[in-house]
Amino acid sequence: MQVPAHVEYEKATSVEHALSLLVRYGPEARVLAGGHSLIPMMKLRLAQPETLIDVNGLSQLSFITEANGELRIGALTRHAQLLDSPTAGRHFAILHDAERVIADPIVRNWGTVGGSLCQADPSEDLSAAFAALKASMVIRTPDGSRTVPARDFHTGPYETVVAPAELLTEIRIAIRPGGGSAYAKVARRVGDWPVGAAGVAIWLDGGTIADAGIGLTAVGAEHFAAAEAEEFLRGRPATEASFARAGQIAAEHCRPSSDQRGPADYKRHLASELTTRALRLAMRRAQRQDTPAGTAPGRPTGTAPGRPT
Amino acid sequence: MKLTVHVNGASYTREVEPRLLLIHFLRDELRLTGSHWGCDTSNCGACVVWLDETPVKSCTVLAAMADGHRVRTVEGLGSGGELDPVQQGFAQCHGLQCGFCTPGMMLTARWLLDRNPDPSPAEIREALSGQICRCTGYENIVRSVLWAGRHGAGKHAASKHGASKHGAAGHPAAGAAGHDGAPEIPA
Repeated sequence: MQVPAHVEYEKATSVEHALSLLVRYGPEARVLAGGHSLIPMMKLRLAQPETLIDVNGLSQLSFITEANGELRIGALTRHAQLLDSPTAGRHFAILHDAERVIADPIVRNWGTVGGSLCQADPSEDLSAAFAALKASMVIRTPDGSRTVPARDFHTGPYETVVAPAELLTEIRIAIRPGGGSAYAKVARRVGDWPVGAAGVAIWLDGGTIADAGIGLTAVGAEHFAAAEAEEFLRGRPATEASFARAGQIAAEHCRPSSDQRGPADYKRHLASELTTRALRLAMRRAQRQDTPAGTAPGRPTGTAPGRPT
Repeated sequence: MKLTVHVNGASYTREVEPRLLLIHFLRDELRLTGSHWGCDTSNCGACVVWLDETPVKSCTVLAAMADGHRVRTVEGLGSGGELDPVQQGFAQCHGLQCGFCTPGMMLTARWLLDRNPDPSPAEIREALSGQICRCTGYENIVRSVLWAGRHGAGKHAASKHGASKHGAAGHPAAGAAGHDGAPEIPA
C-alpha cells in the first residue's frame, strides 16, 4: 500500500493567500494543483514536502481566453478543458494534438496545464508544445509578477525558474497571421510518456517560411527546442526538402539517452522523422488558415460541446 | 484536519490526516467499498469516482481535496432501488467477469452518456481508455455501454437522436441484437 508521508495541508483561497502561505511555509512547501504527478511522487517518497498548498479552489486561474492578440491559458486549466476548447484548437492545433495523447481521459479531467509545466518532467508533452509556440509564462511573485519565455522556464529535469514563494498563473501565446502548428508523438502504448515527440509551429509568407518554432521532448533537447533547425527554416521555401533537412538538423543537436523506452539511436531517428511529419502537417494547416475570407474551419475539437473554455 | 464531503447526496464530516487518499476515505472511513483500490498509480481506473461533475482516479486525489465537494460513487449510481441503465446494460450484456473494474467502468460510462447520449464504439473505447479490465472483457463492456445508450441512459437520447440511427431503439431484442439482446459491435 502506497501512501504519502505525513504532510501539513493548507487550502488557498486566493492567489495572494497562496503566495502568503508559500512565504510562511518556505521552500519545503509545495503547490498542489491536480496532484497527478506530485501525489504519485509523494507515495514513492521521491517528493516529501512538509506542507501542501492546495490551489484547486482558485477558479480565477482556470480560463482560456483570447485577448490583445494572445491566447491566455490559466495555470489551473485542466487538460480536458484545453482539449475541449475550440478557441485553443482554432489558433493552435498543436495543443489539441498534444492533449489528445497525454495520459488518458480520466487523468486529463484533473491534471492541470500549469502543474504539468511546473513538474518539469524531461519527457513532458506540453513543454515541447509551448516551446514550439514560443509562449510566455506569467509568474506571480510576492511583490508583483514577471514574465518568462517558455524556453527559459525550465532549468533542468524537475526544475523551473519558479522560486519557492512564487506561483505560475498563466501561459500566453501570441496569435500571429499565417500560422499553423502540429504535434507528433511516438509512445510505447496509448497514454504513455513519449519515446520521442516533436511539436512544430510555422508562420508562412506565401510559399516562404517566415518563422518557425520546433519543440522536442524526451530526446534531451536543450530548452525543449531545436533552435538550429528553426534557424535553418527561416526564409526557406516551405517544401518537403526543407522539412526533411530541418528534421535531420533537429536530430543532430539533441542528446537522447538510452533507457527502457528505447535506445538513443532510435530516439534520434524519431526526433528527425517526427519533426518532419509535424512540419508537413503544420504547413497544411497554415495554408488552410490562409484561405480567402478566413472561412476555413478549424479542426474538430472533440465530442463535448458546452464545456467551459 | 476536519473535512466534510457530500457523497451520493449525504454529508459526512470526519477528522482525517491530510495525507489520506480519497479512495481510502471512501472505503475505510465511510465503508463505501464499491469503489475499488487497484494499482495505486492512477493507471487502472478501478478507483474512479466523480468529484463534482467529472470522474477522477481517487487513488491520486487527497480526501482533503474533496472537502466541501460532491463525490459520486457506484453506490450512488442507481436511485430508489432502481438500477441505472448503465448497470442494467452491464447485467444484460455480461459486462463483468470478476467485477473488480466494473464500478469505475460504470461511472465513466455514466459520464460519457451524460455528455454524449449516443456514443459510437470508438467513442466508448476512447472514454474508457484510462481503465483496465484484467479479465480483458472489453468487448462486452463496450456492448454494455452501447446497450445503455440505446435504452435511455443518455439524458437526451430520445429527443436528440431518435430511432433513425439504431432502427428499433428502445427494444432490447430488436435490431442488431446478439445474445441477450446485446448489441453487435460494428467492425
